[in-house]
Amino acid sequence: MMSTDAFALPRPELAPRPIVARLHDWVTTVDHKRLGILYIIYALVFLVIAGIEATVIRLQLIRPHNDFVSPQVFNRMFTMHGTTMIFFVVMPFLFGFANYLIPLMIGARDMAFPRLNAFSFWMTAFGGLLLYFSLVGANGLYGAGNAPDVGWFAYAPLTSRTFSVGHSTDFWTLALLVSGFGSIGTAINIVATVLCMRCPGMTLAKMPLFSWLNLVMAGLVILAVSPLTAAQIMLLVDRYLGGHFFDTQAGGSAVIWMHFFWIFGHPEVYVLVLPAFAFVSEIIPVFSRKPIFGYSVMVGATVAIGFISMSVWAHHMFTVGMGANVNTFFVLSTMAIAVPTGIKIFNWLATMWGGKIEFKTPMLFCIAFLFQFLAAGLTGVMLSVAPFTWHLGNSYFVVAHFHYVIVGGILFALFGAFYYWLPKMSGKMYSEALGKLHFLLFFIGFHLTFDFMHIPGLLGMPRRIYTYEPGRGWDVWNFIVTVGVFFQAAGILVFLGNLLWSHFRGKAAGSDPWDAWTLEWSTNSPPPAYNFASIPVVKSRRPLWDLKHPADPDWNYE
Amino acid sequence: MNATSMTVAEGRIEWDRPARGRIGMFGLIAAEAAIFTIFVVAYLFYVGRSLTGPMPKDVLSVPVFYTICLLSSSLTIHLAAKSLRRGSVLSFGILWLATIALGAAFLYGTATEWHRLIYKEGLTISTNLFGTTYYSLVGLHGFHVVAGLVSLSIVMALTLLGSVGSEHAERVDVLSLYWHFVDAVWIVVFTVVYVIGR
Repeated sequence: MMSTDAFALPRPELAPRPIVARLHDWVTTVDHKRLGILYIIYALVFLVIAGIEATVIRLQLIRPHNDFVSPQVFNRMFTMHGTTMIFFVVMPFLFGFANYLIPLMIGARDMAFPRLNAFSFWMTAFGGLLLYFSLVGANGLYGAGNAPDVGWFAYAPLTSRTFSVGHSTDFWTLALLVSGFGSIGTAINIVATVLCMRCPGMTLAKMPLFSWLNLVMAGLVILAVSPLTAAQIMLLVDRYLGGHFFDTQAGGSAVIWMHFFWIFGHPEVYVLVLPAFAFVSEIIPVFSRKPIFGYSVMVGATVAIGFISMSVWAHHMFTVGMGANVNTFFVLSTMAIAVPTGIKIFNWLATMWGGKIEFKTPMLFCIAFLFQFLAAGLTGVMLSVAPFTWHLGNSYFVVAHFHYVIVGGILFALFGAFYYWLPKMSGKMYSEALGKLHFLLFFIGFHLTFDFMHIPGLLGMPRRIYTYEPGRGWDVWNFIVTVGVFFQAAGILVFLGNLLWSHFRGKAAGSDPWDAWTLEWSTNSPPPAYNFASIPVVKSRRPLWDLKHPADPDWNYE
Repeated sequence: MNATSMTVAEGRIEWDRPARGRIGMFGLIAAEAAIFTIFVVAYLFYVGRSLTGPMPKDVLSVPVFYTICLLSSSLTIHLAAKSLRRGSVLSFGILWLATIALGAAFLYGTATEWHRLIYKEGLTISTNLFGTTYYSLVGLHGFHVVAGLVSLSIVMALTLLGSVGSEHAERVDVLSLYWHFVDAVWIVVFTVVYVIGR
């Protein structure tokens, strides 16, 4: 096998430009790689902020009758934590990776619409700033603001003028509306890029799975974020123009807000998890030294998930009382979505089976993802049974379930992706020892927090309560759950430390540190502005394998 | 490695991909269709649920003429794009202007209807549930007509300045897709508001 480093272009050493000029370059950039990095840095900042909010929530609940924060502040904390994590942490992370990697993986020089790309990023960025500006401006511009406190799904009538005085809810609505436009713009861009910018030879059946999964994700964003936008417009009409969409006293309906929110909200879960699947589908083969098992089945399962995910939303509403027929439909559709998801899990396992597994940090995170996501899926199937949800709806069991999906599944896959592609983005390696320490701390913290969070839920502890009575058997579990937070926080600190270590001490990564097979590893690390000196031509799903093994290329077998 | 070494395939490959402008516009249309779907569902869900008047059957009159205006503008924009593809900039300009005039006539129709409803019938967006859903749905569509007219007018101005030629036929086609979408949405809104909802 030949070393791919031999082909790396020499990087000319130039005198550094003044910092103002460099910052100006970053603000005005339309380069997909820079925008991708901006998305990721932006998400990291909000990850820390929303993590601090989670810590406040858990400190308040560490023991019964605690008075660390007031009930009002507690409501603001869980609202801001949820909203920030979904819209301003995970989505920007995923868009950042999609932006950075898709053009490189499909052999293109940029996204289909570079200026739309920059526009979408700044819409998302200002949406996040708008949400946090409520701390200053929510009660008027005299500086005595407060944050939104209506919960991240903002059920009516909490959001009506009567129950939400001041402007905190307006900031919430506008922040989601503005960032929603950004998300839709990016999604259109991803679809157009994947369909129209592929390099010669890269048919849809030869695309990396990463591009396929992000294509389906972008389609879901187009179809799922738009209903949220519509619902936010209705809420604005109600709040500013005196409309009656969600005003039950004028014949409006509070339940229809639930429907509209969850028509967005459930596909959103798959918007978040499909890119996580995409990371895992790229990382597991490389560290198992085997091609992905069942490529076409993976694509089919992804598309199936995309379709089914549009018809499961009302399983968030079993406790509302929708009637037996509606409940039955959503029970069955929710159970059905476990099938293509299960297919994926078996495919990843089969990829690892008999492989020569290298337990590098990205792979550790992906293996943890596999088992944690499986467990999260199993509690999901439990909750898909309507009578079960009648007992445990709105309890900490539900909170534990969806944090198992989002932290145990998506965040673990994201960290894996971070370590896997950091050498490509920065050109420098991270510290494997610090990476493994990060994994260990976060793994312990995750399981302390979210394994034990199921139990107070089963014992009847409702979510969103700011304190609780002693002697209900919840005390010790809440204590353990909060202790886990410190391990997770320590893990995040090690992670940030590792980024700094990599920046100052990391050794050069070279163009292909993992001996991988997709096109992004064929160019320099970090890639030049134009990505590829000449547009590549591919004949199989693993073009770099073909290049490294000219005697035994993949296209003989596909 | 240098990307020139990436040319692993021998010979030339037949390579054909969809135009990105067209795909981008289809994406936008899908997103807009989802937004309209939610508003239409809300409208249908709330038909007959207003607790106070005025009710749709008392105040709404069917805007037949202005509907014909808007729908026929789909024909003129199609013919305009076809003329440009043939290279006839003059007939393109005339048909394009006709499209703008028909769209503006439709907006005028909406304006007079709203004026009558607000000042004569006393129906505003906050009067009752019908007012809320009616002004939101028709207003959302009207907003899209305005956005379409602004885009069409920019092309018209460029045509008058002489910088539109047959090489722009593809782009004009993409813009006309949006206009067709706005027209198609009106068929749905018309059915929902003036046929089912009345």
